[in-house]
Amino acid sequence: MDSLMAPGTFLFEAWQARASLASGLGVTLLSSAFSIVIATVCGIAMGVALSYGWWWLRLLSRLYVDLMRGIPVLVLILFTYYGLALFGVNVAAFWAGVIALGAFATAHVAENFRGAVESVPAGQMEAAKAIGLTFGKRLRYVILPQAFRRMLPPWVNTGLEVVKGTTLLSIIGVVELLLSAQQQMARNYMIVEFYLLATVLYLIVNFTLAQLGALLERKTSYLRY
Amino acid sequence: MTEQPLLQATNVRKHFGAIEVLKGIDLTVQQGQVVSLIGASGSGKTTFLRCVNLLEEHDGGEILLDGDPIGYRMIGGKRKRLNETMVSAQRARIGMVFQQFNLFPHLTAAENVMLGLTKVLGKNHAEAKDIAGHWLARVGLGERRDHYPYQLSGGQQQRVAIARAVAMQPRLLLFDEVTSALDPELVAEVLSVMQALAESGMTMLLVSHEMLFVRDVSHHVLFLDQGRVAQAGPPTEVFDNPQSERLRSFLGRFHGIFGR
Repeated sequence: MDSLMAPGTFLFEAWQARASLASGLGVTLLSSAFSIVIATVCGIAMGVALSYGWWWLRLLSRLYVDLMRGIPVLVLILFTYYGLALFGVNVAAFWAGVIALGAFATAHVAENFRGAVESVPAGQMEAAKAIGLTFGKRLRYVILPQAFRRMLPPWVNTGLEVVKGTTLLSIIGVVELLLSAQQQMARNYMIVEFYLLATVLYLIVNFTLAQLGALLERKTSYLRY
Repeated sequence: MTEQPLLQATNVRKHFGAIEVLKGIDLTVQQGQVVSLIGASGSGKTTFLRCVNLLEEHDGGEILLDGDPIGYRMIGGKRKRLNETMVSAQRARIGMVFQQFNLFPHLTAAENVMLGLTKVLGKNHAEAKDIAGHWLARVGLGERRDHYPYQLSGGQQQRVAIARAVAMQPRLLLFDEVTSALDPELVAEVLSVMQALAESGMTMLLVSHEMLFVRDVSHHVLFLDQGRVAQAGPPTEVFDNPQSERLRSFLGRFHGIFGR
């Protein structure tokens, strides 16, 4: 056993690196969580605009969605970090990353929302109108409960994409899981081992996220139609 | 001097693009009356009904409910469209039952009826529950109040939809071919609920292909043909003394039903 934990072995080096890796993992989780929350809130609002907005609002949201889908996430991140600085807006690297990822995922959530809402039969909106519900109440009590479950699987996918997307924050110097693993490699030259370790950690995070999504789907399975 | 009609439509017009589907419909419904629209598909019956409830906007003429124009107000001699809140308030005064039932699938029968009561009329939960229970019992579904729509037959779903509309105590109830999507053996249960409503004095405007029922229950029948009222009058007159070839041939299709 001693030889396994001796200096220079993988286990020894991993143990040495535990604090920085944990901190990297924490940054990954935190930036993912912030981005997902931003994307969910803004995405639903933009989804409403896409589906029901005045024509100019629909046009603007459509433009935004297509723009975000067309720009590489890395370019978005670099622009938020360096580009905004040119205009005198200085954002910390972490928050620049969160904003960029959130803005990117907002487009996805908005588009998923629109799809889910449009899959609810038109008769539902009409019946809700016929009993005199106002727009907000039609959405809240009739359309959203039915669209919610259809939104769930693509929403989980977006979440997984965001977690993977946080690796790009390493480019602007945010020490998230990937960069902290790379920093360890620079010290111990265990490149394959530490990339593998990072891979496993990402897999665990995303597997957990996917399972949570599946659980939520099961919990809402009574909403079947 | 007659009393003000509950619903009065004058020269109502409606286009879908270049196609004019309503070419000036006149119609009057007095309080407590049952008025029926008959005609071939594409004659504009359903479109007219949808205009009354603002699911479509008419683009000419006017529809007055208790003297108030539907969908707009006159301000300084100009037509001004009502905003969302006012449109919703007008809709709340008119109930509508659809061909495809359109029950809310995520709510139980009782919750379907209660939604408008609590969220539109502002009644509290207990009161809404009582009212829902009352109306579900009236349509013969007191035992099914906690069932979801998918657990109910088509006829039962349509009766819940009727309960949902009538529980709002609307001034007027619209029925849009409510038995057309039902299996033949389920039609009677829905019609008998409608008959009971008519007898209780509910004002109703219906589009239907159930000619026997229309003839039986209506005070007034309008035959629509290509967006116009081709003939109107009491059912006996319309059914027994059709003035036009179109109406004769339309009624001829139901010959077997009348059995004479």
